[in-house]
Amino acid sequence: MSTLVARHIDFLEALRGAGLPVSLAEDLDAVAALSVLPWHDRATVRAGYAATLVKRQSQRPTFDALFDLYFPRLVGRGASPQGDDEAGDDEAGDDDADGGPVVRDDGRALRDLRERLEAALSAGDQAALADLAVEAVDRFGALPGRAPGLSSWSAYTALRRVDPTELTDRIVAALLGTGRTAPEARRAAGRRVGEFTRLAEDDARRRIAEEKGPGHVADVAVRPTIDRLDFTAARRADLEEMRREIYPLARRLATRLTQERHARRRGPLDVRRTVRASLSTGGVPLVTHHRPRRPRRTELVVLCDVSGSVASFAQFTLLLVFALREQFTKVRAFTFVDDVHEVTHHFRPGADPVDTMADLAASTAHAALWGRTSYGRALTAFAERHGDAVGPKTSLLVLGDARSNYSDLAEERLRALVGAARHAWWLNPEHPRHWDTGDSAASRYAAIVPMVECRNLAQLGEFVHDLV
Amino acid sequence: MTWFDDPAATADRLRHVGYLADPGTATTAYLADALEKPLLVEGPAGVGKTELAKAVSRATGAELVRLQCYEGLDEARALYEWNYKKQLLRIQASGADRTWAETHDDVFTEEFLLTRPLLTAIRREQPTVLLVDEVDKTDVEVEGLLLEVLSDFQVTIPELGTVAAIRRPYVVLTSNASRELSEALKRRCLYLHLDYPDADRELEIVTQQVPDIERRVAGRLVDVIGRLRDLDLKKAPSIAESVDWARTLVALQIGTLDEVAIASTLGAVLKHSSDQERAVKELGLAP
Repeated sequence: MSTLVARHIDFLEALRGAGLPVSLAEDLDAVAALSVLPWHDRATVRAGYAATLVKRQSQRPTFDALFDLYFPRLVGRGASPQGDDEAGDDEAGDDDADGGPVVRDDGRALRDLRERLEAALSAGDQAALADLAVEAVDRFGALPGRAPGLSSWSAYTALRRVDPTELTDRIVAALLGTGRTAPEARRAAGRRVGEFTRLAEDDARRRIAEEKGPGHVADVAVRPTIDRLDFTAARRADLEEMRREIYPLARRLATRLTQERHARRRGPLDVRRTVRASLSTGGVPLVTHHRPRRPRRTELVVLCDVSGSVASFAQFTLLLVFALREQFTKVRAFTFVDDVHEVTHHFRPGADPVDTMADLAASTAHAALWGRTSYGRALTAFAERHGDAVGPKTSLLVLGDARSNYSDLAEERLRALVGAARHAWWLNPEHPRHWDTGDSAASRYAAIVPMVECRNLAQLGEFVHDLV
Repeated sequence: MTWFDDPAATADRLRHVGYLADPGTATTAYLADALEKPLLVEGPAGVGKTELAKAVSRATGAELVRLQCYEGLDEARALYEWNYKKQLLRIQASGADRTWAETHDDVFTEEFLLTRPLLTAIRREQPTVLLVDEVDKTDVEVEGLLLEVLSDFQVTIPELGTVAAIRRPYVVLTSNASRELSEALKRRCLYLHLDYPDADRELEIVTQQVPDIERRVAGRLVDVIGRLRDLDLKKAPSIAESVDWARTLVALQIGTLDEVAIASTLGAVLKHSSDQERAVKELGLAP
């Protein structure tokens, strides 16, 4: 029993370590919940823990990953679903594992696995995918003979051997047969392959956790929640998910802003009117009068580096700013690599975010004349052609990593622009410790414009909130 | 309280009254009962958050007391209020010969108390389900009020004293997460995130709610709904909208859900014109 309590405490510690604020009260709730739940069903235990410990949906993936580590689905190789004809091979492989090389992995096994994987992916069969992921890591993800202390399982190795992305075309063909359109099939196939990748990674994590203890793996291998994930570290599937988060984020921000504005609706005291009104009550100011607040909205000019290294960050920021465009009087956006191109017209009201993203990506071509990022040339071009966009009512927002390929920085141009604007900020998607490394001119620009670190959706949301 | 025996029994009883709960939902609904804790349900619009509370009340025969939240909701609307007009009438009617103390004792009694949903739910002796709907719409002050009520299930009325719950109501709070609720409130609640159901469960829900629809059409409908949710839409179709769509198809006597039929009834499912354009384009429908 004591080991069970210990595991429970360890699990909670890991959750706290991963950033979930689990309080003592919730800890006790979880214990109370487990004591009234039947224990034989893992899904029920998971639901019980989730109901008492997780209070925000964005934390759910982190919770699930840690739950899988501390309460694994299988132990060891589990009951690997392998055909009878191969049982003999496996026995041999296991025997060899102590001394000689493992021969579970051969061409025939790979072909066979890939065939079954293709079928499962085409059918979208979740249970089969989970089993296949376990099998794939088991057969192709082993790294035998490594020094003690190093992980002996690798999802990366397994996935490189199995190469599920290479199956995408065939899955797409299968999906087209079921009446889906081509882009739809492509998206679905991509998602299923991503799902399989995730399952294989989970299983490798589970195996490593078995060898080295879940605490170690929880510390190093659990990804942060989607709103804390770095733009630069995001994978394709993550970017997709982040993009889905943009509109809910914008809506939450807008709600919060309206409420705060509501709370601060009363302006400063209007002494003259208050005294005047107090005459009718014998000089006692029963009713105070306030000056109405003048609605003040900012114009926003966004100047956005869209070169390869920061492209995804730029797109998110642009999308968020435009989703919040009612909060500003006017928004203009320019993209640049070494030349400047206005993209404001892509953001029609009610426009489709997917189309907008595609248009933006296409506009990169206009923003690049020579193809190498040059902040100096872009700033000069902006000041010459669109200098009138920046005025005393404007907030200027520059997005970029300030990596200018050692070219001229045109600091004077920027200083003039900042001087003309009411406020100016620079959002940098890099961690401050990378500023000024290599060709980054972060601190030279930071001397002119306040530079803000903005690496994930949460920071982006906070910044835009403060801006408005 | 304990109305339910275990998660499986909870799912069964909810199924009986027409609510198909997945295992996670059933477990959480059971825990809310067994631990006597309020249940906070979040999720997109139209996935059956409010319906869960109604189903619990139907399944257990408990009365549903509903507090619909909105911006500007205050204590007087949520908890209790004195019936000033009636009090004034009483004072006028009692004549001038009574002392103030007598009158005072007279007008602050049960008779002049207008109980609002929260107090009603606490004072009820019969089984009660208290639904606090769209709690994210309220101001932060109301959350503070809820904290007091939900942690101790008691309310203090200065003139009458403390009213404690005789039997704890089963409390369900729903939220669309348009605002982050306070940590303190979340800590007191069990949490459940309801999401769109998988295809099989949705098919079951649609056929259960609209028995007249042909199984084949319903299957195709659920498939199309699933494909629509995969698209980046402003407002993804909810369960309520799939059911509406099924009803529409039955009413129009559409026996086969082909592309023409989908295109002509898309308005029942998608409520933004840009969403409709996107669906027509992505699903390859005739414009």
